[in-house]
Amino acid sequence: MEKKRFDQLDEELYYEKLDNGLSVYVLPKPEFSKSYATFTTKYGSIDDNFIPLGETDYVKVPDGIAHFLEHKMFEKEDGDVFQQFSEYGASANAFTSFTRTAYLFSSTSHVQENLDTLINFVQAPYFTEQTVEKEKGIIGQEITMYDDNADWRLYFGTIQNMYHHHPVKVDIAGTVDSISHITKDHLYQCYETFYHPSNMLLFVVGPVSPEEIFSQIKENQASKKYDPQPTIERKFEEEPSAVHRKHHELKMDVQVPKCMIGLKAANVQLSGVDLLRRELAVNTAFDVLFGKTSAHFTRLYEEGLIDDSFSFDFSQEKGYGFALLGGNTPDPKKLADSIQIILKNEASASTITNEQLETVKKKNIGGFLRSLNSPEYIANQFTRYAFNEMDLFEAVPTLETLTVQDIQEALSDLAQEERITSFFILPKEKNAQ
Amino acid sequence: MRIEPRTVNQPGLRIHTIRTKQFKTNTMVIKFRAPLRKADVTARALLPYVLQSSTNSWPTTSLFRTHLDDLYGASAQVDVGKKGESHILSFTVDVANERYLKDSTPLTKEGLNVLSQMLFHPLLEGNAFSEKVVEQEKRSLKQRLQAARDDKMRYATQRLIEEMCEGEAFALNASGHAEEVDAITPASLFSSYQRMLAEDTIDLYLVGDIDEEDLINYCKEAFSFQKRQNMPSEKGSNLTKREPKKIVEHQDIKQGKLNIGYRTNVVYGDPNYIPLLVMNGILGAFPHSKLFINVREKESLAYYASSRIESHKGLILIMSGVDPSKIERASTIINEQIKAIQEGDISDKEFVQTKAVMKNQMLETLDVARGIVEVFYQSEVAENALSIDDWFSQVESVSKEAVIEAAKEVSLDTTYTLTGEEGA
Repeated sequence: MEKKRFDQLDEELYYEKLDNGLSVYVLPKPEFSKSYATFTTKYGSIDDNFIPLGETDYVKVPDGIAHFLEHKMFEKEDGDVFQQFSEYGASANAFTSFTRTAYLFSSTSHVQENLDTLINFVQAPYFTEQTVEKEKGIIGQEITMYDDNADWRLYFGTIQNMYHHHPVKVDIAGTVDSISHITKDHLYQCYETFYHPSNMLLFVVGPVSPEEIFSQIKENQASKKYDPQPTIERKFEEEPSAVHRKHHELKMDVQVPKCMIGLKAANVQLSGVDLLRRELAVNTAFDVLFGKTSAHFTRLYEEGLIDDSFSFDFSQEKGYGFALLGGNTPDPKKLADSIQIILKNEASASTITNEQLETVKKKNIGGFLRSLNSPEYIANQFTRYAFNEMDLFEAVPTLETLTVQDIQEALSDLAQEERITSFFILPKEKNAQ
Repeated sequence: MRIEPRTVNQPGLRIHTIRTKQFKTNTMVIKFRAPLRKADVTARALLPYVLQSSTNSWPTTSLFRTHLDDLYGASAQVDVGKKGESHILSFTVDVANERYLKDSTPLTKEGLNVLSQMLFHPLLEGNAFSEKVVEQEKRSLKQRLQAARDDKMRYATQRLIEEMCEGEAFALNASGHAEEVDAITPASLFSSYQRMLAEDTIDLYLVGDIDEEDLINYCKEAFSFQKRQNMPSEKGSNLTKREPKKIVEHQDIKQGKLNIGYRTNVVYGDPNYIPLLVMNGILGAFPHSKLFINVREKESLAYYASSRIESHKGLILIMSGVDPSKIERASTIINEQIKAIQEGDISDKEFVQTKAVMKNQMLETLDVARGIVEVFYQSEVAENALSIDDWFSQVESVSKEAVIEAAKEVSLDTTYTLTGEEGA
């Protein structure tokens, strides 16, 4: 068990990689009532083309399978795992993203029992034809719920504009049609390939003793037999650097139009410190250019083109990355044009000053402290960072080293004409129907 | 419990301090409460947005926000809501505890100063707010209200309440009404503001690793209000019983929203309140609850099917998203679950699970600074204060019989369905 101490933050992080390859982290929060644990596999919706464990050829699995598998992990021969968590007063959940599937619980008592339940249910798959069929109705309703959600359609519409082939363009839950092809054999195949401990990370945060947690987890894992697993082979088609289409729009039953601008990242093989610097630099650039303190935000707000729903975000993982900016607007065309002009001008001749950079740094230092109030943030973000060979606790120290030149370079690298796209959600003309 | 607030009564203001070393930031929340009224709900809903956009010392949003960023990313947020038939405006400022920064300049009083400037020194033009600011925020408010109706889940919930509580103040949207926005002027809004300062019931909460004495003294100066008559909180009007209502609306959507409202005839602080909370837990608040098990897991009808309580109004609201062809089936199953509880169909297991999860949920809420504020404010509004210790001991000791008795008082009021256009 290794210990890392962060004096300024008054936090300690304990780490060990177990014999079977599982990475375990514990961050004690003695002042909290609640413990929060996540058990995450580096497997998400984009991992749809891979060599299954013990085989030699690539297979392509139906869209939405990682998410389907996440749902089905909760059902066992003797019933629903939620019931076990409830008995010990825990609340449990799970989520699937492009690159991760996370199972989690929070509880203020019986942490040991709940932690065993978490590890054991994720390590004991139970799929039958019947339970797989039953889930199709539930997930079908989850998919149609998102189909009716204009913000979600805006988000995915913009990603679909950007990507020609990369599976990040496929909705995480798949479609009603794609999930209809999922069988229990598919689920076992994905499970065996991606749920080996060496592909997973367990994070526990709360009023716990690291020694006790580690000894409990080690004992639990020692009782299960895992053969060493070779590296997982994933395949992605080559993705052109330009966007798939410059613009697209969708009509929905809404009153307020929505506009999103997407910037497709280049250099998507970065990891570790390089990726961390890139993410921090781009987010800082947007903060300076489009944050509430900026002249651009002020002008767009005064012109009535944006409101409080305006937001921006940049994230990158291995193989893909994008920035998104937008929100509700009465005039999507005008907003899209304004944002693209700002980006174009800033990419060629940046106006970002050192003073602005220092203000953003201060803001983010305080923002990070605020994040540390949240066990959920710590566990989930730490895991995401770790899967990209980055360290969450290096984020602020790295940010402090960024210069105006770093910000300018990141921005001009990202804001290239052929890698920018726009997507609108527009109200239906009711009378025309 | 470990957390107990200390309360100091000032003219027109109660200051509550909660000292804890749990957080890396300090949180300050001030809440203004007045009766929910059609005449001024929209103006009051606009007010916090005007006040947070600029102040006399920071006359533009950009200057104001730059000041906050320079205070190591202090956050300033406003919120508008209702509890029963009270309209509540909240202003929250959260600042880093300088103990965790390399720069040890004290920040908490700076944060309180921000809150105080926002409330007492707005940007004015004579006896009115700045016209430019008011016009911008009116436009934003209208767009926010319209966009909220584009979120089908929120829309269905709001429509259920509007139909169910037609003629009662609770039907009003706490965030305002789009058609009332245009009539607001910089001068009329200023009058609403003056009334808010002079008449509202006001509570200030300070949570964190704070020097209580020092901050209370500071707040006595920085938040000076006139004395006022203590207003009892709105008990609300409950209409006499009528036949259950059924409303169906159509839009171009794929998933139907089935939202059902029941009257509980019990509000926060009533003797039956805790039994009712347990009843709601068994019914639909958790993934082991009857709605989740029967609507989702057994019948695969929905992805979400849950219930929640409007504590200060006495309602249970059920929300579900269902294929339009299966709404009847889902409605039948939902109503059967209420009936089952009324008839005593509560297993020992679900009873124990519900209590365990409720206690857990309360403790988890108290792990968040704003959660602490909400829990204490909840009892402040009701006046029938229930201490946290009481809450736990009552949940622990409540009997199945008491839960069944509370369930028997629950009656169907309105079934609201938002469905697709086919067959419209």
